[in-house]
Amino acid sequence: MDTTIITATVDAKGQSCPGPLVSLAKALKDARSGDRFELLATDPGSKSDVPSWAELSGNQLLESSEADGVYRYLVRKS
Amino acid sequence: MATTETDLSAELQLADLLQRVEALEEKDGKRIEKKNKLTIIAWGGDLDRIWPTTILATTAAASGMESSVFFTFWGLFAIVKPDVRVTGSNWMQKMMSVMNPGSAQKAKLSRYQFAGAGPAMFKKLANDHQVAKPEELIQTATELGVRLIPCQMTMDLLGLKREDLLDGLEEPIGAATAIAEMRDAAVSLFI
Repeated sequence: MDTTIITATVDAKGQSCPGPLVSLAKALKDARSGDRFELLATDPGSKSDVPSWAELSGNQLLESSEADGVYRYLVRKS
Repeated sequence: MATTETDLSAELQLADLLQRVEALEEKDGKRIEKKNKLTIIAWGGDLDRIWPTTILATTAAASGMESSVFFTFWGLFAIVKPDVRVTGSNWMQKMMSVMNPGSAQKAKLSRYQFAGAGPAMFKKLANDHQVAKPEELIQTATELGVRLIPCQMTMDLLGLKREDLLDGLEEPIGAATAIAEMRDAAVSLFI
């Protein structure tokens, strides 16, 4: 499977808690299992919140990185 | 002879094991099955209470948890329609509604109210930091499937009718149903 395919990018830059997670959850709602989403956020709280969200929701957090104050997460819908 | 003794000891061990299994099963039957669910009793209508209430309820739903909020006492005023001014049928209920203007938009701070300057500053800060306001979070909560449930008894007490409250709420319930909601929720909070 090609790991580079991303279904959609959720741009939650500028949003504070719980904005990024709510935006991500809304995007995932109608997605299919296996779909990959890229979440972009500037909220530093997302560093702990996105992994917690993944654990709670059972979705997979594949990657997380930070560049120039923007946090990028790659999430796979289970 | 030796084999009979072994059989007897094996039988005793088996009987002991069966007894233990039965005891465990009985204990397990009494255990309450907790759901992956958050239930909040929204008692406070202050801005600094209704805000975390709505943040937590929406976040739980966004994380795939079942989520429900039971609105009682001052919390009820946060789910009154914004255009509803005076509610109730007697002077006491009417006075209560004037003291507690309906909807989350008009919620007051429990401290630093400063005749409305406090909440205005809070909302300015929230705007600057792109934090969703409680009234927006209530809307989001409904979209994410959070069950928003008014308390029947306090509605009657405060003179709030179903039509005074926001659309999209669940049917009003009583204390026993609220306890049932909390009993099977892995997390239940009183805010």
